[in-house]
Amino acid sequence: MADLNVKINNLHLKNPVMTASGTFGYGLEFADFVPLNEIGGIIVKGTTLKAREGNDYPRMVETPQGMLNCVGLQNKGVDYFIEHIYPEIKDIDTNMIVNVSGNSPESYAETAEKLDALDGIPAIEVNISCPNVKEGGMSFGVTCSGASSIVKAVRQHYHKTMIVKLSPNVTDIASIARACEDEGADSVSLINTLMGMAIDIEHRRPKLSIRTGGLSGPAVKPVAVRMVNDVAKAVKIPVIGLGGISTAEDAIEFLMAGATAIQIGTANFLDPQVTIKVRDGINEWLDSHGCKSIYEIINCLS
Amino acid sequence: MKKYILDLKVASIEYVNPKNVLIRLTDDKPLPEMLPGQFVEVRVDSSPSTFLRRPISVHFFDRERNELWLLVAAIGEGTRALARLHVGDILNCVLPLGNTFTPASNPGERILLVGGGVGVAPLLYFGKQLKEAGAEPVFLLGARTASDLLQLSAFELYGRVCVTTEDGSAGEKGFVTNHSVLVSEHFDRISTCGPKPMMMAIAKFAHQASIPCEASLENMMACGVGACLCCVEKTVEGNLCVCKDGPVFDTNRLLWNDNKVK
Repeated sequence: MADLNVKINNLHLKNPVMTASGTFGYGLEFADFVPLNEIGGIIVKGTTLKAREGNDYPRMVETPQGMLNCVGLQNKGVDYFIEHIYPEIKDIDTNMIVNVSGNSPESYAETAEKLDALDGIPAIEVNISCPNVKEGGMSFGVTCSGASSIVKAVRQHYHKTMIVKLSPNVTDIASIARACEDEGADSVSLINTLMGMAIDIEHRRPKLSIRTGGLSGPAVKPVAVRMVNDVAKAVKIPVIGLGGISTAEDAIEFLMAGATAIQIGTANFLDPQVTIKVRDGINEWLDSHGCKSIYEIINCLS
Repeated sequence: MKKYILDLKVASIEYVNPKNVLIRLTDDKPLPEMLPGQFVEVRVDSSPSTFLRRPISVHFFDRERNELWLLVAAIGEGTRALARLHVGDILNCVLPLGNTFTPASNPGERILLVGGGVGVAPLLYFGKQLKEAGAEPVFLLGARTASDLLQLSAFELYGRVCVTTEDGSAGEKGFVTNHSVLVSEHFDRISTCGPKPMMMAIAKFAHQASIPCEASLENMMACGVGACLCCVEKTVEGNLCVCKDGPVFDTNRLLWNDNKVK
């Protein structure tokens, strides 16, 4: 049994497997399938200052080895989260991390400040990369100045571990990551979904209600691995890798590319037990390759 | 209800007409409890182009024979691959998912179950439950033509079956909303499943006649457990997940009269 413990700033993970925001609900939805306390961290649904209804149906299209979604950050707002959801999840024995989104530096900061007060939430993931909302979201994540403005505002009001989730819909993701690091981010996670589109050719119209959506699933994995490697070379803070991971071998690619931890997203829909299987698979791989610690393979490319 | 991921075995598979297959699944262990209206997310291993699981309603649950029946319309890549399964093949299922049809509240309750196309599927198990509870289910089943009517003899075990076909080849000619039983008899409530225009027409009829009505929806889903928020339907309480808050909704809670809703 290899040592799977990793650290993201002050955050201790019992293993490097986390769940990606928007794919695992609040964890409770999967409690019948996996022992939640055995997951390294659970990143819950994107949360905003005020409630959001999200976009119209249809919000999802199946694509080759993947899917497009344009959910649009449907959630009941941070106050509802604190009052109704937090009590249900705070005692789950893993890192319960809230994904935070907003439409201005102030709204991000205010949401983060409210979460800072919750003992059971040791970290937030600041989402500057949602492609499915008109205002805010990804617009902050595609320029260094936009990313800096959000990270700076949140850092002033949030004192625990701050992860910033990056968009792949940029020319140079490493420079965005550096901008986040310079303003005090403790970690970056990448990639969020890739902007895409699908067309109903019989009706000559987009398949998604808002025309475009974010692509996820195994189809995006090579893009994600490349970007994780780019970013890992550019920053000193720990990188969390995600994008199309559905097996232990996929996860190991990300770790070798420079990720300290990984997130599993879309694969949860295909196999609700995938998180634990990936954890076990990483452990077996390390054992069979004579590795005593997960750190022996993190950022190990020759 | 606790949810399970199970590798179920195909006990039998047969075409009930040229487009629809009846798959009976079983397991060595007793199958978990499932209720009328709930559904199963099946993984389609035999179709490489099918990425997501497919939600299929519980057509029938036979506890004595330890069988779960799925009635599948082979209309896309995924469902055509399901239709090609053989006896003994394994189908990975997540179940039971979603809420249920409203069970009988008192013996003698007259309940009209309106189905169209393959949407008749969940009404069979529901009809059985109602009959066993002492209620009086009446089935009103519609199809384009006689050969599209599914499982009529199975439905007849649990209640009277009224039929409409668009071409008049069986039962009354026209749509289910035109059937004479709607005006000639009284029903305490209606449950419906089928094409959305049909369900909307039935819901409108029920609303005008002040009859409670519930409909089972089938919006495109990814997760099936309320995590991804892809399958939402607009309701008086905002966007709700068909997979978790549904698939069965009181039609008065749905914003179907809103012209913006397709």
